Amino acid sequence: MAKLILLLLNWIFLCCNVAAVFEDQVGKFDWRQQYVGKVRFSHFDTQMQSSKKVLLASESNVFAALNTRTGELFWRHVDKTGPEGNIDALLQHGQDAVLVIGNGHFLRSWDISVGGLNWEMVLDSGSFRSACLVGHQGAVKHLAVLKKTVISLHYLSNGHQKWVENLPESETVDFQVVYSGGNGEVYALGVVPNSHLAIVVYSLEDGEITKQVSVEAPWLSSIPASCSVISRGLLTCVDSTTMSFYTLDLHLQLEMTQIPLQTLGLDVDPGFHPSLVSHQPNPAHPPLSEFLLQLGPEHHLLLQHNDGQIVTLRDYKPALLASFATTGEKTVVAVMAPKNKTACSINLFSAETGRRLLETTLIFTVDPNGGKPEKLHVQAFLKKDDSVGYRVMVQTEDHALTFIQQPGRVMWTREEALSDVVTMEMVDLPLTGAQAELEGEFGKKAAIQDGLMSMVMKRLSSQLIMLQAWIAHLWKLFYDARKPRSQVKNDVSIENLSRDEFNLQKMMVMVTASGKLFGIDSKTGNILWKHYLEDIPLNAAFKLMVQRTTAHFPHPPQCTLLIKDKDTGLATLHVFNPIFGRRSQVTPPALPQPILQSLLLPLMDQDYAKVLLLVDDQYKVSAFPSTKNVLQQLQETASSIFFYVADSGQGRLSGYRLRTDLSTEQVWEVVIPTETQKIVSIKGKRSNEHVHSQGRVMGDRSVLYKYLNPNLLAVVTESTDLHQERSFIGILLIDGVTGRIIHEAVQRKARGPVHVVHSENWVVYEYWSTKSRRNEFSVIELYEGMDLYNSTVFSSLDRPHAPQVLQQSYIFPSSISTMEATLTEKGITSRHLLVGLPSGGILSLPKMFLDPRRPEVITEQSREENLIPYAPELIIRTEWFINYNQTVSRVRGIYTAPSGLESTCLVVAYGLDIYHTRVYPSKQFDVLKDDYDYMLISSVLFALFFATMISKRLAEVKLLNRAWR
Amino acid sequence: MARDLSFRVAVLFSFLFLGFINFVCCNNGRRVADALETDFSGLSVPLEHSFELDDTAKFLVRGTLLLKTGREPSVALSQNPLSEEDRVKLKEVAEVDGLYRIRVPRVSLQADRQTEWTVDGYLTAFVRACAMVESHLSDVITLHTDVSGYLIGVSIVTIPGACRGTKVEDEVDLEVFNTTLSIMAPVNAPGPETALFLERMEQETEKKGKNPQEQKSFFAKYWYLILGGAIFLMVSNSAQPPAGGGREQS
Repeated sequence: MAKLILLLLNWIFLCCNVAAVFEDQVGKFDWRQQYVGKVRFSHFDTQMQSSKKVLLASESNVFAALNTRTGELFWRHVDKTGPEGNIDALLQHGQDAVLVIGNGHFLRSWDISVGGLNWEMVLDSGSFRSACLVGHQGAVKHLAVLKKTVISLHYLSNGHQKWVENLPESETVDFQVVYSGGNGEVYALGVVPNSHLAIVVYSLEDGEITKQVSVEAPWLSSIPASCSVISRGLLTCVDSTTMSFYTLDLHLQLEMTQIPLQTLGLDVDPGFHPSLVSHQPNPAHPPLSEFLLQLGPEHHLLLQHNDGQIVTLRDYKPALLASFATTGEKTVVAVMAPKNKTACSINLFSAETGRRLLETTLIFTVDPNGGKPEKLHVQAFLKKDDSVGYRVMVQTEDHALTFIQQPGRVMWTREEALSDVVTMEMVDLPLTGAQAELEGEFGKKAAIQDGLMSMVMKRLSSQLIMLQAWIAHLWKLFYDARKPRSQVKNDVSIENLSRDEFNLQKMMVMVTASGKLFGIDSKTGNILWKHYLEDIPLNAAFKLMVQRTTAHFPHPPQCTLLIKDKDTGLATLHVFNPIFGRRSQVTPPALPQPILQSLLLPLMDQDYAKVLLLVDDQYKVSAFPSTKNVLQQLQETASSIFFYVADSGQGRLSGYRLRTDLSTEQVWEVVIPTETQKIVSIKGKRSNEHVHSQGRVMGDRSVLYKYLNPNLLAVVTESTDLHQERSFIGILLIDGVTGRIIHEAVQRKARGPVHVVHSENWVVYEYWSTKSRRNEFSVIELYEGMDLYNSTVFSSLDRPHAPQVLQQSYIFPSSISTMEATLTEKGITSRHLLVGLPSGGILSLPKMFLDPRRPEVITEQSREENLIPYAPELIIRTEWFINYNQTVSRVRGIYTAPSGLESTCLVVAYGLDIYHTRVYPSKQFDVLKDDYDYMLISSVLFALFFATMISKRLAEVKLLNRAWR
Repeated sequence: MARDLSFRVAVLFSFLFLGFINFVCCNNGRRVADALETDFSGLSVPLEHSFELDDTAKFLVRGTLLLKTGREPSVALSQNPLSEEDRVKLKEVAEVDGLYRIRVPRVSLQADRQTEWTVDGYLTAFVRACAMVESHLSDVITLHTDVSGYLIGVSIVTIPGACRGTKVEDEVDLEVFNTTLSIMAPVNAPGPETALFLERMEQETEKKGKNPQEQKSFFAKYWYLILGGAIFLMVSNSAQPPAGGGREQS
């Protein structure tokens, strides 16, 4: 055993090549941004005047409190994804916030000051309809939860159930709303669509039904959509077909009173469904008798119910959004009206009178690259002179939150769209102005036009500019050096973006599910540009491609985003400059046909843009850009352009070859019967991957050559039979050009989800073993053998011998969320696998541990080769976590990009949070350490230099003296 | 020769690692077919090929595949030599760098005693026609099945695989196919080898238990070295020459 431990220690020393972060390096090379997601509910903490908290519950099942001064998170709770953790309702009273979660499955109360859990209750099953706080005699002590068949009342203090009652006639009546006006009664309102309204009144004390009435309402289909309770229990509805208000006093009346909208002089915009908004500042008191009515997309009204009459207090037209807010005893209405194209103005109105409050105008500038305002969250407060002041949080269509103070100062903006990044790319930053100047000087055009003299002058001037820049740089260095590090601000703006010495700073282009694109500086995490694409279909698939990098000055870099509707297959292209985010002048082609496949060719047009080929459902190919030059190149190389199309519905993989007339011909076909298995993922290799060594040196000094087929595809299938004895996972390695199945393996008694990484000559996949009930990793490596078939060039058409396939599996002690391999400039650095764990850690697992050549019995040769002896379990070592304590919630993807330093790989992990860092898989062999002692080394050098000088002088003197003797 | 050897190594390797693969070599298709006719109860499906100057697919029968169904599927091939006309056409196609395609129908090998097959689509593959010509019709065809014995893919390579532009003058070389045919079922991927690892660990502990030498403490094992070192140090200390002395002479 002791020997084993020694052995283990040995490996650890051998493979300890992950540099952990030192304490003083925290946050130096990495940053994290935490998000909430698209906000569904929000509440300002109005308990205290000085409170600076806003509670947010989001569609991503996150509940959080933000600091209203800075926009930073106070605390955040991330629940399960999917319907299990869905937040149905958020009720706030005092220091408690109650959430109804998972379609009414849980009731949780949080202390909003610290974000701690007060209590949690599991409710009976039944789909959730509505919930409200119930007050009585001025105090709020209960909350009511309405489900499809039952209504229950809970204590606010501990969540215990006071009573639970079945709803009468719940088979026919659809109960939708629960309401309480603070008079000791709880109303459950239900509807039989297009027939009648059912009202059941429960006593607060014991849940006894005190009243049960049914009211004719043939026009009504949904209560929350068209009705609201105002004043002292007056149910008010608006209906667009009959163009009328309907009111019903819940206490007295048995029939609805119809008030045609025309009698009030109102008119509904055609095709618009009018809606009502009432306001109940305190659950212990009835709602206000004033309410808001929306009659059109830009038409709001403030109405009041007064002695059976509905009176218009104020007509807001045009008005985009309107919202109530209460502070103390005063209730105000904030109305956002469009001012001009780029700005909106927000004004406050008294709710009681409808009069505009003086000096309450606030200007909200609409970001031209953002979405339209969608929701208005108002925080009202009383000023010292008892007038009402306010701040607003505007939620826009692109999921952004903007917090504004009077008279229009933006305090912070949160881009919640970044909680759902779909795909990303990293683009090199451009050269600085001076460097570009120099580039331009030696451009071809310049040389032809100008003579010798002017060229000399140009040269001198550009040298002068460079000198100037250098001096400015030195001055800045000197100036900054005197300040402590924390005060040095690296203000990055779009103007002073430039590539650094080692290309460590890049532009992160992120595409989010909402259709908003972001350009983020990788060094600081600042958002440098954003662009909101409207009309993105809900189930769009995105593919981002870099057509032209920054290397081709003066041509601007160019990225192309392919947006494809998953249902119809119709696609659009968005072409933009990744550095500035602006839409490119190049007009993308219109794509009338559904697109099956897109491929970025290594061919370039005369402007150095890579050619993008789009294959439509008629198997016709269109090129973008499609200049003459490109078409000519395509014709020349058509016979060597192959592509594949996979149809997972039919299990069909087919290969095509391009013809010179840009039509295609099918050359191979592989069909996997869908009855037994379905294709879940297909992974090729990354096109920018370099492999430095062609083979591995064995213990006996011979070389085992890698099978480096750039066209290899790893196809993963899962069995349709999910029984734990019969389920399996299939791995097919197919050559994408010839369709030849290189290797076919099944992992029996295994189940997905399968995560695959395919790189160099290996495929690593992770699956769930149903037999042993654990996660397992498996690695496949391909070798050509001891000699290469054709060492100069690889051609799929000319590799007759099948490679040797080695495979080994390991136990992994955790499930994983995502997986990616590190990538470096030249591929010399050893590879690591970056594994995103559900716990929020990102593990950097050396590929060395996933090596099918790990011997079971240690021999002299395997020791010579530095192979780690086989152990069935992969151990997670804590220093392998590259994000130390910076938990990254719900990691969905990891992106890796090479930097200018061979040792360094840039990593971005995205999910709910975004985390960026650098990893050094083989340590920083090409960089001096951060705390390298320049002083010591230079002083030693100088000392040695002077010592030699002096001793030389002394030696000379001595020689001279001896000569004289 | 070296290549041949490596191929054999590869074959051996795949035998060792890949489990059940059956190679049926049929250098002369006709003879194998004759031999097999007696005890072969399986499926016979056509193997078709196509080589056209304009690269359109016009599949014609090249031979017949006899698939033996059951737990351990095997395959045999009987094929006719190329006709004079086809030989000329193949050479022509090779000159314009056309494709030589083959296809087999999608069939299941596991169906009970199935002798008929229904057309349910085809599986296709190709090689460059020039490679076919330059290798004198020596091709390797591999049929791949899935776990349930359904054919999912076919692949064809020629040996040698390259097109070097060498002319094949002798028409006879292009007459008879020299086909190596095999059928491959998926390999069972290995799981984690816990049993072997545990066994090895046990062996090691046993060894340690048997060998009392290893139980000895550090001092017990190396006392002589330590003693030797100590003596050496003492001796070297006492034998040090007196300091100073020589300086003044220089």
